[in-house]
Amino acid sequence: MREIPVDVLIIGAGAAGMGAALGAAREGVQKVIIIEREDRTGGILNQCIHNGFGLHYFREELTGPEYAERIKSLLKDYENVEFKGDQFVKAIDYKNRTVIVVSREGIVLYRPKTLVVTTGARERPMGGILLPGTRPAGIFTAGVAQRWINLENRKPGNRALVIGSGDIGLIMARRLTLEGIKVEAVVEKMPYPGGLERNIRQCLKDYDIPLYLSHTVVEVRGKDRVEEVVIAELDNNFRPIAGTEKVFKVDTLVLSVGLIPQTNLFKDFLRTDPWTKGIVCTSSGRTSMNWIFAAGNCTVIYDLVDWVTEEGEKAGKYAAFYVKNGQEAAKFPLEKGQNVGILFPNYYEEGTNLNIYLRVKKPMDRGIIRIKQRNNLLYNKVHASLMPSEMVNVKIPEPKIGVGDITVEVVEA
Amino acid sequence: MRIGIIGAGAVGALTARELTRYDLEVYIFEKEFDVGMGVTKANSAIIHAGYDDEPGTLRAKFCAKGNEMYSAVAKELDIEFKRIGSLVLAFSDAELRIIEELYKRGLENGVPGLEIWDRDKILAHEPNINQEVLAALWAPTAGIIEPWMIAIAAVENAVENGAKLFLNTEVTDIVIENNKIKRVVTNNGDFEVDVLINAAGLYGDYVSKMAGVETLPIHPRKGEYILLDKEEFGGFVKSVLFPTPSTLGKGTLVTPTIDGGILVGPTAVDLPGERKFREDTSTTIQGFEFLMAKAFKMTPNIDFRSSIKTFAGLRPETPIKDFIVGRTKVNGFFNAIGTRSPGLTAAPAIACFLVEEIQEAMGITFHRRANFNPIRKRIRSYIQMPLEDWDRIIEKDPLAGNIICSCNKVTEREIVEAIKRGARTVDGVKFRTRAMFGSCQGGFCSHKIMKILARELGVDVSDVVLRNEKTKILYGKVRT
Repeated sequence: MREIPVDVLIIGAGAAGMGAALGAAREGVQKVIIIEREDRTGGILNQCIHNGFGLHYFREELTGPEYAERIKSLLKDYENVEFKGDQFVKAIDYKNRTVIVVSREGIVLYRPKTLVVTTGARERPMGGILLPGTRPAGIFTAGVAQRWINLENRKPGNRALVIGSGDIGLIMARRLTLEGIKVEAVVEKMPYPGGLERNIRQCLKDYDIPLYLSHTVVEVRGKDRVEEVVIAELDNNFRPIAGTEKVFKVDTLVLSVGLIPQTNLFKDFLRTDPWTKGIVCTSSGRTSMNWIFAAGNCTVIYDLVDWVTEEGEKAGKYAAFYVKNGQEAAKFPLEKGQNVGILFPNYYEEGTNLNIYLRVKKPMDRGIIRIKQRNNLLYNKVHASLMPSEMVNVKIPEPKIGVGDITVEVVEA
Repeated sequence: MRIGIIGAGAVGALTARELTRYDLEVYIFEKEFDVGMGVTKANSAIIHAGYDDEPGTLRAKFCAKGNEMYSAVAKELDIEFKRIGSLVLAFSDAELRIIEELYKRGLENGVPGLEIWDRDKILAHEPNINQEVLAALWAPTAGIIEPWMIAIAAVENAVENGAKLFLNTEVTDIVIENNKIKRVVTNNGDFEVDVLINAAGLYGDYVSKMAGVETLPIHPRKGEYILLDKEEFGGFVKSVLFPTPSTLGKGTLVTPTIDGGILVGPTAVDLPGERKFREDTSTTIQGFEFLMAKAFKMTPNIDFRSSIKTFAGLRPETPIKDFIVGRTKVNGFFNAIGTRSPGLTAAPAIACFLVEEIQEAMGITFHRRANFNPIRKRIRSYIQMPLEDWDRIIEKDPLAGNIICSCNKVTEREIVEAIKRGARTVDGVKFRTRAMFGSCQGGFCSHKIMKILARELGVDVSDVVLRNEKTKILYGKVRT
C-alpha cells in the first residue's frame, strides 16, 4: 500500500474544492492534491448546463460546465496542484491524520498536513419526505433526472410533475419542458417559493408552468410506472385539506425537496450543526479540528456557486497558512437572533474578514439586518424583500471586528 | 421424482433447498422477475423468539424451532443474522400482566433465556427508551436478518444443488388426475410433477383452489414501515423493541436493521381479499402518522426527519391466524400457506417439516444425495477486509477498487457478481449488494449501476428496469 505525504488534501473537486485548490496553491505550499469520486473536475456543475453562474466570481454569466472549465484553467498555472479522479475515500483516521483512498489503481494512504472537506450535498430522497402512495418506476430526484437528460442523453419520462420549488426543481421544470417533456405543475408545500425569484420568472412564468404553493403530494398512483399523482392544499399546520385534491396524469415525478450536506465520512469527529446538518466552521473555514477545513455545500447549502468557490478559496488559503505556521487564532461564536433561520459561519476567527451568509425565517418586505458584537454595531442595514429562499451575504472587514460573541438578527423595518 | 414448488419466497426457497438434499428433481416456479420479492421482501426483518404464539398452533410449533434453526441456516447460506434480542415494553400494570403471560407462554413454547427486566435494567441496555417504562420481557434469541437474502441465498444454493428455477413463470392451472397431481400449467409451459408444494404466499388460496383444494381465504394485512438513515440514527436502539401486543398483532416495533438503520413499523390494516388488494403496497399519510405516534411512545427521541425510505408489505392472513401447512386431500399436493408473522422465522422449520410430511403422506422414502453441498458463499465485500489484502486483490481485479455506491461502499466487482448470480434489475442489484440502500438512496450511484447492468446484460441503459419488464426507468433518448 502506497503512502503519500501531502500539504493540503482536498476531498471533492466541485466548485468548492476547485476554489480550495486555488486558494491553497496561491499560498505556495509544496503539494496540493484534490481527490474526486467522478472522473473529472467540476462536480455537479457538469450537469448544470443552464446559465446563471459566475456573475459574482467571474463577472460574467456562464453555464455550469463553462464555470467549471474556467476554474480549471485558473489552476493550470499552478504546478503544485494535482487532480486525481475516480477516487473514493474509504475512511479518515483523524487521530493519525491519515486518509485511506481506494481506486482501481489500489489503495493509497494519504498523510496530509491539512485536509479541506468540499464534499458538497446530496439530494433528499423520496423516503425523506414520507411520500405516500406506490413506489413505481418514474420517480427521480431532480439531480438524477438532470443527469440523465444533460449528461447521458436519456429521457426520464413524457409528462412530469415537479415537487419542490427550490432552484433545482425550477430549473428542471424548464429543462424538462425544453426537452419536450410536458411539465404539468410545480408543487411547493410552503406558502412561498423555495427558489430564487429570477428562477420563478425564467423557469416557470416564461413557460406557463403553474406553481401550486401550500400544496403537497397526498398519493402517488401506479403499480409499475407512475400513472397519477394526487396533490392537495395544506392548512396552516401543514395538513392536507380534504376536498382540495387535484389529480395529475403524469408518468414522472421529479423531486426537488432539499439538499443535505454530505458529511457521512466526517461526522464521527467533526462537529455538525444539528439544524443545517452542515459541518461547523469558523470564518476561516476551519472545522472543529484545527487541521481540517471545510467549504461549500457540505457546510451550509448556498444559493450561488460563486459563493461556494469563494468560500473554498478561503478555506484553501487558511489551510495553507496552517501548513506554513500551524497557528490558530481565538474564535467567537455567532449567535442567531430573531428571524434568522440559517446562519453561517458558526464562529468568527480572529484575523479574518467575516463573510456572513444568512436566511431569514419568514418572508419580510423590509427587514433590518443587525449584526452586533457585544455593544459594538458591526452592521445595520435595511434590506428589501427578504425571503427564506434567498440567502443574504454580508461582508464585514476584519478591522471593524473586535473580541466577543457576535449576534445576528433581522428586525422588521 | 419431480417436485414443483410454487413461489420463491422464504418458505418456497428454503423448502426447495431442503429437497435438493435428496435424489429428486426440484422445480421452482416464481411469477416475479426475481426471487423473494413478495411477502418475503417487505416485513419487519425479525427472527422472532417465539413467545407470542399460542401453544398448540402451528405458529408456536414452527416459530421457536425455526428460530433455533436460523443459526445454522444463516451460517450455511452465509447470510448475516444477528441475535440482538428483543424487549416487549410494558408501560402500565395491565401491560405488565400481559408480558408476564407472554413469559409463561414462552416457557411453554420452549423459548430459551426469557427474563423480565425492570426499568433500570431496560434503560441501562437501551437508554433511548421512554423513561416511563415499567418492565419488559427480554428474549435474547430474537434476531434480525435481511429477509430477501434468505430467498436469494436459499435459491442460489438449491440451484447449485440441481434445482431448476423458472422466473416470470406464473402458475395458471393445476391438472389433477385420479385425485393425484399430474401437471402444472404456467405462462411458461407445462410441467409434469409428482409432488406440488404451494408456497404462493398471498396467492396461496388461489393456487390451492386450482388443485381443487378449498382452503380458508387469504386476505392481505398491510404493514407500512419507515426506515431511518443509519448515518443519523445508527445505534439508536440495540435490540428489537416491541410494545405490549394487542389483538391486532405484535404492534409497531422499533428495531435496528442488518444494514445499521432504524426500522419503524408495521401498521396493521386488513385489506379485502380481492386480487387487486393483494398487490396494494402503497403507503399512506395515516400510516406514517400512526407509526410516528407509536414510535414516539416507545422512543421519544426518535426523529423522522432522518427517514430515507418508506415502504409497505402485505402479510398473508387467514381467519384462523395460523399457518396452513401439510398434506391435502389431493395426493401429492401440499400447502405451505397463510404464513403470516412469524412466517419468516418459521420458514426453515416448515421446510424441514414438509420434507418429512411428503414422505409420510406418500409412503415413500427420499434418498440422500451424496454430493449435496449445503454451503453457499455470499458475494465478497471488501470494505471490512484488511487494507493490504484488498490492495492485493485490486492489483489483479481493478473492479474491486471501483466503489460505485459510496454510502455503502459497494464496488463494481460486487455489482457484476450480483448480476452474474441472477440480478436482472436495479432492485435485484440493490437487494443483493446493498448498493443504493444508504443515505442517498441511489442519488449518486443509480445511473452508474444502471450502466453496469446495461453493459453486463448487453442492452441499452434505457432498457434497464427497476423490478420487472413493466418498470422501465428511462424512455429512450432525449435527442437522437
